[in-house]
Amino acid sequence: MSIAVDRPLPDRPRRAPFQWSHVGVHGVLILYTCIALAPVLLIISNSLKPANAIFAHPFSVPWKGNFDFVGYKTVADIGHFEIYFKNSIIVTVATVFLVMTLSAMAAYALSEYRFMGNTLLAIFFAIGIMIPIRLGTVSILRLTKDMGLLSGDRGIGWIFGPTYGPLAALVFVYTAMGIPLGIFLMTQFMKQVPSDLKNAARVDGAGEYRVFSLTLPLVRPGLAAVAVFTMLPVWNDLWFPLLLAPKEGSRTVTLGAQQFLGQYASDWNSALAALTLAMLPVMALYIVFSRQFLGGLTKGAID
Amino acid sequence: MTLPETTIEKELRTTESEQLDPLGSAANRRRTFRPRVRRFPWHRLVFIVPAFVIYTTFMVYPLLDSLRLSMFSDAGNFVGLDNFRTLFGDSTYSHAFWNALKHNVVFFLFHSLVQNPIALLLALLLTVQGVRGQAVYRTLIFVPTVLSVVVIGFIWSHILSPLWGIVDTPYLGQSSTALPTLSLMSVWQWVGIPMIFFYAVLIAIPHDIIEAAKVDGAGALRVFRSVTLPLILPMLGVITIVTFIANFNAFDLIYTVQGALAGPEFSSDILGTFFYRTAFGFQLQSGSDAMGATVATAMFLIILFGVLVYMFGWARRVQTYEM
Repeated sequence: MSIAVDRPLPDRPRRAPFQWSHVGVHGVLILYTCIALAPVLLIISNSLKPANAIFAHPFSVPWKGNFDFVGYKTVADIGHFEIYFKNSIIVTVATVFLVMTLSAMAAYALSEYRFMGNTLLAIFFAIGIMIPIRLGTVSILRLTKDMGLLSGDRGIGWIFGPTYGPLAALVFVYTAMGIPLGIFLMTQFMKQVPSDLKNAARVDGAGEYRVFSLTLPLVRPGLAAVAVFTMLPVWNDLWFPLLLAPKEGSRTVTLGAQQFLGQYASDWNSALAALTLAMLPVMALYIVFSRQFLGGLTKGAID
Repeated sequence: MTLPETTIEKELRTTESEQLDPLGSAANRRRTFRPRVRRFPWHRLVFIVPAFVIYTTFMVYPLLDSLRLSMFSDAGNFVGLDNFRTLFGDSTYSHAFWNALKHNVVFFLFHSLVQNPIALLLALLLTVQGVRGQAVYRTLIFVPTVLSVVVIGFIWSHILSPLWGIVDTPYLGQSSTALPTLSLMSVWQWVGIPMIFFYAVLIAIPHDIIEAAKVDGAGALRVFRSVTLPLILPMLGVITIVTFIANFNAFDLIYTVQGALAGPEFSSDILGTFFYRTAFGFQLQSGSDAMGATVATAMFLIILFGVLVYMFGWARRVQTYEM
């Protein structure tokens, strides 16, 4: 028997009747959307204009006679954004992968087994959510230097080499930074997996590693949330690349853009082009995945 | 009659047998005949150790080591609290430290007083029943938040540059306006976070409660004051402490826009930029590990103070409602 599946829920009409009060709501929301987007759009549109038009007509739309790629040409000639993008992708992907895997494993153990020091261990990990890792930078710099990661010629750093050593240092630091929140979030999700399911697998002869891998698909929303929370701070960070990986070949996009813009601030064409290059990929990814992204932030409150 | 040991029973002995009640008793019975030392649960170590090692090596150890370094001189001699005396009282450091702390408080107040009301207003408008296109507004308003602070800094420093001519006043170049301008730039970027947090709470409020209040004759304002506000107060606390922690170790924006010297004349210097200069040096002054660690420890204590005020002054007094 089907009970009128098509009928909209009573407190949430599918198509609301027109109401005058909603005009005010739309008005304020449109106004703030403009405040949020206008500066971004102003930079993007002016990056496509010749220098004289940038100053004479900052608000005009780049069109025909007003259209110029000169900024992007300069950036392509003197900048090394392809290297920066490659480095940022390596660091971000490696960090997100490590944080997701390690947090899921630790959270599984913390929520599945009762053992001595379980709660203490959970608190030990949770403390890291509140304390900014930046405050330990002096020692992080000494430590990564001693490990040979920054020079890439000795110790663990020798494995990675001089270009990728500093990037490996970044991955280690960012992974340590992401693990506390990762474990906290994953524990919440792991607790919701019914224990009957895991025990059924055990009865069928699955070992503990197999049971763990079977729970992973069930905590996918949790893994997505962890990825969201880890990805952006890593991609956008300036502090650690500035201190750990300042060399040309090891720069991330954020640091590369900062250095480039500092150096070529007076060349408005290439400055605006570099800015646009630095923000477009993130914006595009965000717009495509905004639903999952904001859903991850609110842990599923957004339908 | 003795049956050969079944696969199930074999599994139960080697895995988490205690957790299974009805079947576990069978395994236990067998154990009485064949006493067996329980195998060490190696798999638990395999699950926990990687996260533990990376977290401890690259986060816990450096933080503790920084606390230790703050009690040593750069030459490696134990000096007790001398570094803190220098930081708080010796004019080479103390003037800059108190200056940065004062600016940081202003920076935080701007965020609390400007960012939270805007975020709450937007979240309320995004949850008005029956308004179309709310998902689109939500997505677009959040755009600045996903961008890097470096990008935001350069966007605004270009727009506010008198060279471009969109504004005539050099807001970032005057001591009196630099810090408020930078604070508002930061608010503009981060308003999406409190907005989405408020939004998550508001959307979870059952519609029945609000309807019931309306039936009892409450107007929109009364509903907000008596129903909505008590329900979002716990979230306001969470947002405030998260903002506090973020503000008191902020660095990227000021460094990007004003440089390590946080000009003009240190008028936009905050603890993050002061920490950077002290620990890693700038121009002619060379950095000092000991003094850098001391500044970091002072920042840690300030953040700890904020967290304690939140936990005991706020979280304990504000009623949380289950919905």
